[in-house]
Amino acid sequence: MSSMTFGRAINAGLRKSLEDDPKVILLGEDIGKLGGVFRVTDGLQKDFGSHRVVDTPLAEAGIMGCAVGLAYRGYRPVVEIQFDGFIYPAFDQIVCQVAKLHYRTQGKVTMPITIRVPFGGGIGSPEHHSESPEAYFTHTSGLRVVAVSNPQDAYSMLRQAISSDDPVLYFEPKRRYHIKGEVKEHAEPSLPMGSAQVVTEGRDVTLVAYGPLVRTALDAATAAADDGVSVEVIDLRSLSPIDYSIVEASVRKTGRLVVAHEASQSGGLGAEIATTITERCFHFLEAAPVRIAGFDIPYPPSKLEAHHLPDLDRILDGVDRALGRRNSLSGLGA
Amino acid sequence: MLDVTDEQLASLYEDMVVIRRIDTEATYLQRQGELALWPPLLGQEAAQIGSGRALREDDFVFPSYRENGVAYCRGVDLGDIVRVWRGNAHSGWDPYELNMATPQVIIGAQSLHATGYAMGLKNDDSEAVALTYFGDGATSQGDVNEAMIFAASFQVPVIFFCQNNQWAISEPVGLQARVPISSRAPGFGIPSMRVDGNDVLAVLAATRVALHRARTGGGPTFIEAVTYRMGPHTTADDPTRYRDEAEMGEWAAKDPISRLGALLKSRGVLTEALESSVTAAADAVAKEMRHACITMPPPAPMDVFSHVYSEPNSTLDTQKENYARYLQSFPADSVEGINQ
Repeated sequence: MSSMTFGRAINAGLRKSLEDDPKVILLGEDIGKLGGVFRVTDGLQKDFGSHRVVDTPLAEAGIMGCAVGLAYRGYRPVVEIQFDGFIYPAFDQIVCQVAKLHYRTQGKVTMPITIRVPFGGGIGSPEHHSESPEAYFTHTSGLRVVAVSNPQDAYSMLRQAISSDDPVLYFEPKRRYHIKGEVKEHAEPSLPMGSAQVVTEGRDVTLVAYGPLVRTALDAATAAADDGVSVEVIDLRSLSPIDYSIVEASVRKTGRLVVAHEASQSGGLGAEIATTITERCFHFLEAAPVRIAGFDIPYPPSKLEAHHLPDLDRILDGVDRALGRRNSLSGLGA
Repeated sequence: MLDVTDEQLASLYEDMVVIRRIDTEATYLQRQGELALWPPLLGQEAAQIGSGRALREDDFVFPSYRENGVAYCRGVDLGDIVRVWRGNAHSGWDPYELNMATPQVIIGAQSLHATGYAMGLKNDDSEAVALTYFGDGATSQGDVNEAMIFAASFQVPVIFFCQNNQWAISEPVGLQARVPISSRAPGFGIPSMRVDGNDVLAVLAATRVALHRARTGGGPTFIEAVTYRMGPHTTADDPTRYRDEAEMGEWAAKDPISRLGALLKSRGVLTEALESSVTAAADAVAKEMRHACITMPPPAPMDVFSHVYSEPNSTLDTQKENYARYLQSFPADSVEGINQ
């Protein structure tokens, strides 16, 4: 057990995977000498060589398509997409090839590719550096999608993603790279990659979050407790598939559901979770599920991002709405 | 090509006649409603046989959707050629049995897969080579251009084999390129050849040169085989809307099979006996393929869920269970394969 930052935990996970399996190969822009624009791959090329930690030409479709070819050859590519908003040139290869080859070949070809994507906002960046594109991928069959929220999961779930024979989109919240936490290396992960986790138990309302907003949700739970409201926070961890058993059990207890994410609301994960929970727990719900999400806008300029990103107060407002307490929409009859 | 014996020439001739017969039979099967669609290779026999027969077993092919002649060279089961086009599966064969990926429909995407595979070959110190086929239209795709950049940067053993058949559905090659397609590759730092794609020996020779370069650490090669799509893009296409008869006539005179036939005749190889044995072989192959096609069992309903993931997936498992219950709500004999 050692204390390390989020970014360092990912680095440790990559290092261990490179050590354990000679077929693991890292591909990305600036991941070699520079160690990545966030230094997440720092030192890996020096230790494993430029044939295993590969600085690629600046072309995301090219990186992803070559990863497919390497997987055909028996490799386990780990691709770094430098920023969330840069993933779209690779979208075709991810959606049409990575996701479908196993199905297309009736299981003959596997695509054990991990696609690391620093995602989300809150770091004051220019356009294309702060997006949350996860729903495009959760809508695509054949992919697994995870979002990590803390250094231990960053390490363990990366190792699980790389070991998985299915392709995994691994979303890492870039604004949390510098938070520290205890990380148990080399130990068996305590949960399967597809499991959600209750991170704070509560009685009154279930608050589901993932990635960067888990920490915000925990802060909101603390603040709500001061107000006498007991919030159960669930870290979703896996966005595809979603571990509904955990969410369902929680909502059966609390009767109220709030889902928070940075991504735009319409067609987002919140819609999917609210619908499924309504289908499964209708008679346990005391109120309509509430979504606290980014607006249906292109990611705004950084001077405006604080309005777009769900923060502690907006989440608490949603908690109040779920509880039927006075909130910003009170009186609208909603 | 002095080392190509008369026997080998006769064998190439037979290959070309057989794959044309496969192509014709598959077109008939489509017209008879046994296949949903078929992409004819008519006119491209020399390009496919000349390159396909140059390969070693451990080389790996990444085709588009038209390389059924190459699949034949790789030893495909005849029914597996038409499985995709009948709609029974998205892939006909096991890529690792033939060392050939299954048909790629997204134009040019496979060029990157070949390049990545070749990166793996280089890391493995293998002497095998990856070869990717695509058409003239694909050279406009970003993927093909990015593949050439990656291949050149990493100097990997990959061959970019462009069958320039003059048409991308209705768009003539002039819309894709104002210069010979082969002249683009040197700009990427990739040596390039432009060969008569209807001359099976020229294609064989060019492919051998490229393979030798790749096997000896010389990196990628681009080959443009200039040929002609004598048929429609697919059986759903109608070339009379965009192509004139005169052009068809010009290329009919350059028919790859007639040309090799003329060479064989001049060498006294193409005897009546050979002609009839080749025809008999082609007819037998066509008959076998037809039989495999029409007796192919349809997939079972629950196969719709198979192989989406390698590992269990809770969401999909729920959908699968629910759908099985739904099917079972009908009388047992009303849905084919209901209890599978």
